[in-house]
Amino acid sequence: MEKYILSVTVQNNAGVLARVSSLFGRRGYNIDSLTVSATTDPKVSRMSIIVQGDEPILEQIIKQLLKLEEVQRVDHLQEDESCCSELVFVKMRAENANERDAIRQLCSLYAAHIVESTGQTMIIELSEVPSRIDAFLDVISNFEIIEMSRSGVTAIEK
Amino acid sequence: MVKNGSDILVEALVEQGVDTIFGYPGGAVLNIYDALYKNSDRIRHILTAHEQGAAHAADGYARSTGKVGVCLATSGPGATNLVTGIATAYMDSIPMVAITGNVGTSLIGRDSFQEVYIAGITMPITKHNFVVRHVEELAATIRDAFRIASSGRPGPVLIDIPKDVTSAECEYIPAGKAEVTETYEVTTEQLETVAAMIAQSERPMIYYGGGVETANAGAALQKLMQKADIPSAHTMMAIGCIPDTEPLSLGLVGMHGTVSAAWAVERSDLLICIGARFSDRVATNPRRFAPKAKIIHIDIDAAEINKNIGVDYSVVSDAENFLEALLPHVTEAKHTEWRAQIAEWRKTLDYVPKDDDSVIHPHQLLRTLYDMIGDDAIVATDVGQHQLWSAQYNRCRKVRHFLTSGGLGTMGFGYGAAMGAQVAFPDKTVVHITGDGSFHMNLNELCTSVTYGLPIITIIMNNNVLGNVRQWQTMFYGRRYSQTDLYRKTDYIKLAEAFGGRGYRVTNIAELRAALSGALEQRTGPVLIDCRIDKDERVLPMIPAGGTVDDIVAD
Repeated sequence: MEKYILSVTVQNNAGVLARVSSLFGRRGYNIDSLTVSATTDPKVSRMSIIVQGDEPILEQIIKQLLKLEEVQRVDHLQEDESCCSELVFVKMRAENANERDAIRQLCSLYAAHIVESTGQTMIIELSEVPSRIDAFLDVISNFEIIEMSRSGVTAIEK
Repeated sequence: MVKNGSDILVEALVEQGVDTIFGYPGGAVLNIYDALYKNSDRIRHILTAHEQGAAHAADGYARSTGKVGVCLATSGPGATNLVTGIATAYMDSIPMVAITGNVGTSLIGRDSFQEVYIAGITMPITKHNFVVRHVEELAATIRDAFRIASSGRPGPVLIDIPKDVTSAECEYIPAGKAEVTETYEVTTEQLETVAAMIAQSERPMIYYGGGVETANAGAALQKLMQKADIPSAHTMMAIGCIPDTEPLSLGLVGMHGTVSAAWAVERSDLLICIGARFSDRVATNPRRFAPKAKIIHIDIDAAEINKNIGVDYSVVSDAENFLEALLPHVTEAKHTEWRAQIAEWRKTLDYVPKDDDSVIHPHQLLRTLYDMIGDDAIVATDVGQHQLWSAQYNRCRKVRHFLTSGGLGTMGFGYGAAMGAQVAFPDKTVVHITGDGSFHMNLNELCTSVTYGLPIITIIMNNNVLGNVRQWQTMFYGRRYSQTDLYRKTDYIKLAEAFGGRGYRVTNIAELRAALSGALEQRTGPVLIDCRIDKDERVLPMIPAGGTVDDIVAD
């Protein structure tokens, strides 16, 4: 299963999010993340959606989205030809200096910020492309992750 | 001029050419009904027994006329009762506008009396829907709704109007009918590619569906078939597009299609699908459908291309536009060997049911019926064995004369659809073919036909079982007839009379003829004809779900 980034501009009407998510639900498409944000036009919102599937499913998703009356445009963005980023917060258990040092080193490797550090835990913030976030989460999984929150991706074509 | 929301609704409907609506009043639509009362000379309102009947009637009106059907219901249960009708129209791409009242905007979201979020409920079964929150948006919303319902691939649109919007006032500026002018650009390259694929093919085959009916492309299709010598088969949604007297027509394709059509698809080297969608009732096994063929798909809806099966070439266009443009590019051809092979299949493989005048076999019933009602009659069916037989033995020569719920398969669709057609065409013969299972679902609408004097003839193929499900139980569930024997004692003659109509019971073809002539002569109101058939009658041939030509059951 591949992951694809879709940037969808929609009319900013009540219920448009429900319409899009209802479409994914009823057709059985897998959403990894979906974010809705404002654009410069108050009548228009941008949805950045990461979907899982293969090429035929992607083709269907794009065509089905375009059938929705409130969808204006659907772009399939390539990670390397677009700016796309996601924010993640990770709360780690780090009860001794060795652990803390090791985590700090990994953070500097990935340019992640330590936004809070107590005697017991550390909270790390990283803003990156989804694949880098996946990689970062993979390397820190050797330590105990207490909680994690990912924002979902937001993207724009270069 | 300044008008309230209800008057604006009426004006905007009249603007769109609406002269008939089907509905049922209630609290949230009191203002709208008040406006309809004042405008009864401009819009005819047909009061049904149940909102579901209104939705199916609007659908039947749309299917038989090609215009947008309109139904109206109150909030809450009124709105939810429309749901099956809206879903039926959605699955068969029927243009419909459903209007629902809702509680006032100040009461929305508070679980108020008869409040339901019908826009949310109908999201997956409408092309689009609207909640009108301000009276100023109302006229534009109605115009949008009609444009959406009738453009591209048609479908139902719902407009939900809170009660305060129906009484609030604003300036109303008249406008014309929302004209839908669409052109689908088909390039010369596309046409030449298709024409070349046809020219290279030795065993071409066409499979077409409801898109040909919607675009009224039957004549153009027949011209293509004749010019390039291509046989065709059709789905249940395309009955009547091409007369079955056309020698190149192999009839119905799919689960209960003809054996010759199934083999022609199986052995074809080029399959051209026009206005159909490779549904599981046609492409019973999508991985092995037309396995030797290159497939060309022509559809107005781009999302249908490669949805159910991957195709080799496609053109997004309405059928009429595409076919008219294609014809000059196609070279005349003869496929003598292929035609001979198909003729052989027709002679040796096609299912021929046996006649017996002492009982009523479904094929004999239908032959008698179609003979007596002629080419101009409209037939509406419910869903089940009677529907499949009606489709298999149909003699429809005209589009929009066979109304059936093909996609959703809605038992209880037929009576409402027949009412819609009869209201649209008061002088035509309208026949509702049903089974005793389906008929019990919405027989309450008999009262509507009595009230409005609709001379609908209902043919009940009465076998006292849920025949289609029972057939599957016979074939695939070891004859374990779970809940398909009905043991009902309904007296259809008394039932018809109780509602104010007429009823007959017939047990052989001669009695059927007599009852039918009576019904056709005296067109004063609804007639039920209770036709007793054997419960073990099966719909044959059949390709079981997931099966192929190798699995055809024909005896």
